[in-house]
Amino acid sequence: MLKDQDRIFTNIYGWAEPGLKAAKARGDWDGTAKLLKLGHDEIVERIKTSGLRGRGGAGFPTGLKWSFMPKEVKGRPHYLVVNADESEPGTCKDRDIIRHEPHKLLEGCVVAGFAMRSHAAYIYIRGEFVNEARRLQTAIDEAYDAGLLGKNAAKSGWDFDVYLHRGAGAYICGEETALLESLEGKKGQPRLKPPFPAGVGLYGCPTTVNNVESIAVAPTILRRGASWFAGLGKENNTGTKLFCISGHVNKPCNVEEEMGIPLRELLEKHAGGVRGGWDNLLAVIPGGSSTPLMPIDVCADITMDFDALREVGTGLGTAGIIVMDKSTDIVKAIARLSYFYKHESCGQCTPCREGTGWMWRMMERLVQGEAESHEIDTLEQVTRQIEGHTICALGDAAAWPIQGLIKHFRPEIERRIAARHAINAVAAAE
Amino acid sequence: MPKLTVNDIEVDVEDGSTVLHACEAAGIEIPRFCYHDRLSIAGNCRMCLVDMERAPKPIASCAMPAGDGMVIRTDTDRVKKAREGVMEFLLINHPLDCPICDQGGECDLQDQAMGYGLDGSRFSENKRAVDNKHMGPLISTVMTRCIHCTRCVRFATEVAGVPELGAIGRGETMEITTYLEKTLTSELSANVIDLCPVGALTSRPYAFTARPWELNKTESIDVMDAVGSNIRVDARGAQVMRVLPRLNEDVNEEWISDKTRYAIDGLRRQRLDRPYARGRDGKLHSISWEEALKTVAGKLRKAKASRVAAIAGDQCDAESMFALKSLMARLGSPHLDCRQDGAKIGGARSGYLFNSTIAGIDDADALLIIGSNPRVEAAVLNARIRRNWLATQMPVAIIGDNVDLTYAAQWLGVEAALLDDVLSGNNKFAAKLKKAKRPMIIIGMGALTRRDGASVLGRARQIAEAYGVVTDKWNGFNILHNAAARVAGLDMGLVPGRDGMDVAGMAAAAKAGRLDVLWALGADEIDYSDFASSFVIYQGHHGDAGAHHADIVLPGAAYTEKDGIYLNTEGRVQYANRAAFPPGEAREDWAIIRAVSGAIGKSIGMDSLAEVRDALCEAVPHFAMPDQIDAVKWAKFGGRAKLSSKPVTSAIENFYMTCAISRASETMAECRRAQQADAKGAVAAE
Amino acid sequence: MSIDDRIAADQPKTFKFTAKNEKEIKRIIAKYPKGRQASAVMPLLDLAQRQHDNWIPMAAIEAIAHRLEMAEIRVLEVATFYTMFNLKPVGKYFLQACTTTPCWLRGSDEMMRCIKDRYNIASGQTSACGRFSLLEVECLGACVNAPILQVNDDFYEDLDYETTGALLDSLEADKPLPAGSVIGRSGSEARGGGTTLAAVKTGKASKSTAKKRGSAHA
Repeated sequence: MLKDQDRIFTNIYGWAEPGLKAAKARGDWDGTAKLLKLGHDEIVERIKTSGLRGRGGAGFPTGLKWSFMPKEVKGRPHYLVVNADESEPGTCKDRDIIRHEPHKLLEGCVVAGFAMRSHAAYIYIRGEFVNEARRLQTAIDEAYDAGLLGKNAAKSGWDFDVYLHRGAGAYICGEETALLESLEGKKGQPRLKPPFPAGVGLYGCPTTVNNVESIAVAPTILRRGASWFAGLGKENNTGTKLFCISGHVNKPCNVEEEMGIPLRELLEKHAGGVRGGWDNLLAVIPGGSSTPLMPIDVCADITMDFDALREVGTGLGTAGIIVMDKSTDIVKAIARLSYFYKHESCGQCTPCREGTGWMWRMMERLVQGEAESHEIDTLEQVTRQIEGHTICALGDAAAWPIQGLIKHFRPEIERRIAARHAINAVAAAE
Repeated sequence: MPKLTVNDIEVDVEDGSTVLHACEAAGIEIPRFCYHDRLSIAGNCRMCLVDMERAPKPIASCAMPAGDGMVIRTDTDRVKKAREGVMEFLLINHPLDCPICDQGGECDLQDQAMGYGLDGSRFSENKRAVDNKHMGPLISTVMTRCIHCTRCVRFATEVAGVPELGAIGRGETMEITTYLEKTLTSELSANVIDLCPVGALTSRPYAFTARPWELNKTESIDVMDAVGSNIRVDARGAQVMRVLPRLNEDVNEEWISDKTRYAIDGLRRQRLDRPYARGRDGKLHSISWEEALKTVAGKLRKAKASRVAAIAGDQCDAESMFALKSLMARLGSPHLDCRQDGAKIGGARSGYLFNSTIAGIDDADALLIIGSNPRVEAAVLNARIRRNWLATQMPVAIIGDNVDLTYAAQWLGVEAALLDDVLSGNNKFAAKLKKAKRPMIIIGMGALTRRDGASVLGRARQIAEAYGVVTDKWNGFNILHNAAARVAGLDMGLVPGRDGMDVAGMAAAAKAGRLDVLWALGADEIDYSDFASSFVIYQGHHGDAGAHHADIVLPGAAYTEKDGIYLNTEGRVQYANRAAFPPGEAREDWAIIRAVSGAIGKSIGMDSLAEVRDALCEAVPHFAMPDQIDAVKWAKFGGRAKLSSKPVTSAIENFYMTCAISRASETMAECRRAQQADAKGAVAAE
Repeated sequence: MSIDDRIAADQPKTFKFTAKNEKEIKRIIAKYPKGRQASAVMPLLDLAQRQHDNWIPMAAIEAIAHRLEMAEIRVLEVATFYTMFNLKPVGKYFLQACTTTPCWLRGSDEMMRCIKDRYNIASGQTSACGRFSLLEVECLGACVNAPILQVNDDFYEDLDYETTGALLDSLEADKPLPAGSVIGRSGSEARGGGTTLAAVKTGKASKSTAKKRGSAHA
């Protein structure tokens, strides 16, 4: 188990005050100016060395992403945009950073923003996090008052502004280009890529969009050293990570743990174990709703990191772990996710707009068994027709959970169809 | 110039091209719904997916910039599957109502479903139903058919410059609409019907009247303004059913104005389908052609040549104007004019042409508009100005009515004296003109029909010369005409001869009792009360102002009913073709004049249209050069007198009713009512 | 005027931002670069909604369009795209119940049953008394404290049938329970105190989650 002294988020549960004084006592804003003295490129280099991979779901190396920003500021300003549109079912870690560790995020903005030669960051927070936004705004105001933001931020000689922007209810705005569209005052419809945000982003300027957690850990990584971070976890899956454990565990919780921790250990040490014991486990969605579920046999010795999970056909995603015990109507659980994706499809491109609704309707029928067996194949084919054919990854995200379900629980679906047919036959005979 | 390989075929494409262009260059057709050459790239239909080497998934070819060394394949199993998949998605919620859909037979979805669709449906859920939306009198909507390609939204926002269409909601409940279903306020609105790849937006006036395969399609030229939009006239029997745009990159690209498209129902109303003579009771009575010719001949024979005059209207074909001019010459009268509005233009061609050409608008980098509202006078041309402005933020200024042109324009004021200020550098816009490399001036009829029109023209010429509007390589001095016939009339010299009278002179003479006969060829825009004492011969196709005041009516043919030559505001020669026959006893106009000339024993010769054209082209050779603009020389023109204090205005207030045809059109009247109701509503809301 | 069933049929003729909100608008617009005032459209819609009994009339859409130099349809697009903008009136207590899988696994059905038992309303409906409107919403992003009921701005967490009832009692009495976990968790730590950070724990578990701080509008 990760030692407390190796935890970055020491106030993740809000046991201490979130304010500046308490934050400083926890080590935030400690020698920020000195960190900036490293220089733009050295910061990027160190983040690269730390092995930090994006915490928003895709796991793209953070330092590498920063390095895509132009090395010179020409006519257009550079922007850092922080993705706090946390909406992936099963995920609720950024909320805790914002409400309990807001200064980690703000200091991260200064460090990351400086590294990419930007003077401004916009934090896009999901609209439903009203109180969290208030908490963050308070922290921003405190930081300005203390000279940590604004002109000569933290006496670093670098001007840096942080603005908070609230969303208004759209999962899709978690997709980085949809987020940028939304921030520009439009519908959150993902942009075509290329061009990528590092070239043409917010207001047509070079922009990097990072997840809250990715930004919030950056100052600590720099302070404690890239090798410290790289020494935690596994190769290519380094550092610590906030895990969200929800569903059928005895004690759902968020916890910061080492990357690569075995799933079973994670659940049993921190979440009180699976409800009714390990053997009562049916399946686990390991990384937020879009990652395909794993049945118990896969769960038994899987470790929680990008590469291990990818090898078993799923992903670490946001590390939002949804645990389902044997009482779960697994078809319904996935059907509900299908509804989610249908509801959150932006409607822009054909496969997602039309396909998510079709998949959800088929899933609803499969919950009741009101289908023919061959429709399982139809459904599976429809997921393949969406996957990889859309502008953004929402189409894929909608397709994968169903693919996971069919892969691992096809007999259950067939059983329901058979049972329904039997009932219908009896009814017809009467 | 990137070099790509598409299905093993090597192609070079222009910089800035997309993979889709590269595929087309390789001769490979790429299916698409949302992509359109003249609109921004949406990439949303996903029909154009192709495989690119090293890409993990298929790419949208319409949105992917063509890069050197790209290896593209359009014939893989994965591409085939992707297209079939997209097609299936498009069809699951699309109604199977092709038999009752006006788009049937010319529907992109129908066509592409033949190529990429499956033979059956696997969709066993209920289909989506969407409420129809009101968009005004021209656009009929069946929104259940919409495939959300957003072409219409992009057209309204980008080309028409009226950001009034949008897609509200999201996901499968996304719906295209205007804000609270208000009428689109664009003169180009109906182009969205052509752009709609399915039957969601169809033509309301044309609804359920014909199927594409029963129509005779004739390529022709529009006369509703002086742009000379290239059109296709679809007729069934004698009836013109619809007008569609025809591609001409130099003129209208692929757009037409709503008037061009929809004034045609006016062709069925108020038609003059036989000769009439005014009786003693003051009413018109139908007579035979024989009687008509006899009466006209009698009047002309009796009248002294110096007391006979002729005016040609705004939509006359060149052949009939030439015949009229020939007749007047044979009669020996110098009194003829083709400028009903009294515009002070003529003489040197460079003084009355749109010299930069319409395509030249693309190159301008500053624009001064004098006495014109191009949005209503030449809607398609205005869209071109807007495109330039959108791309370059070119400075635009107006002297005249302060109107919304769909682009930012600095309003300098209404005083003609502002021209003097600009000329002397004493105006804020002068510096912008000076700075420009290819400045442009557009002068409308509002400025030239004034009493001091010649001086306005002269002043504009001086500005042009002082500010580099005219150089060796660039001529941005542009007259924007409103009359389709005007340039041809001026080019053939259909203006007063030696000691001849212009329209104003004729009116004065008539009022003084010194004008015995007026031949009005399609002239409906003059004040006939001035000609009460003259014998008025009206030759034309509609029972409009001319016929109302005529002593004798000779029924002619409308523009869709005859072959004819028109020169647009650029001086571009364009040949229109007959799509239908004139109604009843109406005849082609040159033939009527030829017949009268015979009846008075002063034949103008020219026994066929071909002979008329031969004679015309001999007299004015450039009429023989279809789709060409004869080169012009810069010359001195215009007056130098003091400018009047009368405000400069534009010539057209009501876009929808500018000629006998559009005034007879119920559709145009409905558009006008909708426009006025909206304006009233807007005032009420203030 | 019933243009669309997402939009209220009865509309006020006019809408005007209060003087206080006008000031706030200036502050909001100043966050974005010059000429990028359209970025303020969502904050302004939120402001209008807060000013106007939690729903946005068309007159406000038009006022915002005018204020931000945007086309009206562009503002309406935004207002209909994001689910938090109400274009129809809602009750004083707007109950937004998360029923997405993580909440459903933890008993959101029970929470919904409690609301239904009480007011006999389904998602999208308002109680007979007019004070409670219910909307089933998608993941609220507090999954380890599931199930969640958002009441206006506040999250109530770890609910079941009984605690939902108690919450509704408090709302009916216009004395809302403090927001946050109804079983006493300070945050997302495991029930009973968490498994980590014991050394850091100061002992006085902060219950400040629900406290409203700072500016109302970010």
